[in-house]
Amino acid sequence: MQMIRQSVSRNSIVLAIFAVITTGLVVLTANLTREPIARAVEETLKKSLFDVMPRERLDNDLLNDQLMLDADKLLGTRTAKAAYLARLQGQPAGAILQVVAPEGYGGSINLLVGVDAEGVITGVRVIPPHFETPGLGDAIEVQKSDWIRDFDGKSLQNTPEPQWRVKKDGGEFDAFTGATITPRAVVDAVYKALQYFDAHKQVILNGNTSPLTPAHEETAHVGH
Amino acid sequence: MSDIDYGKITRDGLWKNNPALVQVLGMCPLLAVSGSVVNAMALGAATIGVLALSNIAVSLIRNSTTDAVRLPIFVMIIAAFTTCIEFLMNAFTHELYLILGIFIPLITTNCIVLGRAESFASKHSLPAAALDGFMMGAGFTAVLVALGAIRELIGTGGIFANMHLLFGDIALNWHLQLIPEYKGFLVAILPPGAFLVLGLLMALKNIIDAQQAAKAAARKQKVAAGSRRVRTTGAIS
Repeated sequence: MQMIRQSVSRNSIVLAIFAVITTGLVVLTANLTREPIARAVEETLKKSLFDVMPRERLDNDLLNDQLMLDADKLLGTRTAKAAYLARLQGQPAGAILQVVAPEGYGGSINLLVGVDAEGVITGVRVIPPHFETPGLGDAIEVQKSDWIRDFDGKSLQNTPEPQWRVKKDGGEFDAFTGATITPRAVVDAVYKALQYFDAHKQVILNGNTSPLTPAHEETAHVGH
Repeated sequence: MSDIDYGKITRDGLWKNNPALVQVLGMCPLLAVSGSVVNAMALGAATIGVLALSNIAVSLIRNSTTDAVRLPIFVMIIAAFTTCIEFLMNAFTHELYLILGIFIPLITTNCIVLGRAESFASKHSLPAAALDGFMMGAGFTAVLVALGAIRELIGTGGIFANMHLLFGDIALNWHLQLIPEYKGFLVAILPPGAFLVLGLLMALKNIIDAQQAAKAAARKQKVAAGSRRVRTTGAIS
């Protein structure tokens, strides 16, 4: 009995010591890398934001001019996500929405959709990671093909509803050989994002979040 | 155990007991991340790091643990190093970190790491354990990169795409499109391609081994024949 007690307490002490050491190591690394990680995340986000909204169209600090949009069916989001506001000389120039296409072949596809103040698309990009089939569905990536640029300049006004489909379904967007589901999902998501923007245009462009997300009011930085 | 054969440790890790081709361990990341050279190199480097560090740590503490808590401690050490490397990759190779995603934390469960800690590092001194960890990792990485290169070449007709994610801006134009106007060969990029190529690599290794064994056997026979003749003359003892 004595021996068992001794070995149990010895083992737990050894285990505890190693738990403290290893946890300490992880905490140390986490602290040392916190700033570089935050910088890398911001850098990546900034790069993709400027991909969907040309630099010359805005002069504000996109990352600090955001408002939270509640989860919405038209956006495909399940949680509140930030939208970024573009301003040129203080005037609202457009917005960048975070959109989810839930019906991708390999699950949800995260998209950034840039829209100018008139509701015309300035750019669409896929946010990695996505799980579309390599070589087929991954042509939605701008690195793989120019397909995603077909959205540039489209709006609800210049492209009527029946055209917002892939060619196979009677619309005007190309589908990829062997992959229809992926482009169909993306076209649908972008179309719905435009509808959302159209419905909430005033609210988004004025950076006034209160009718949408009273809970997140404090996270919105409204026009300085 | 006192005199360690460093040459043997190196040969074991890289060829004779190669973790991927012979022990067939760590298949999940091996098959999933070997679609291109850059992915393979990044995951391979992370695996080498974890393997070497965990082998060193396990060897250092091998006399201060008890049998009952040995395994939990090993797992704790491995998980800690993996998490540290994950943080570092997130900070300094961010885009690559996003691509490799779940496969970095999964290094913790890569059987090679715990396997080497338990079967080698816990029984050997520091330099031997460190070398074993490094060589096993290098052997794994070599197969990973070979798989990545073959799959990328067959699948896309080019090689070394996106190397700047790992090596920075100097690697921006390393991509070689060896076959222009290549239509792509999808199977090579998809998981079945990984199985096929890995099978071929294993077969290749077996062929080389068999040839070497045959050569060695032939050499031995010659010596044996010679020595008998020598004995018949009775000149040397």
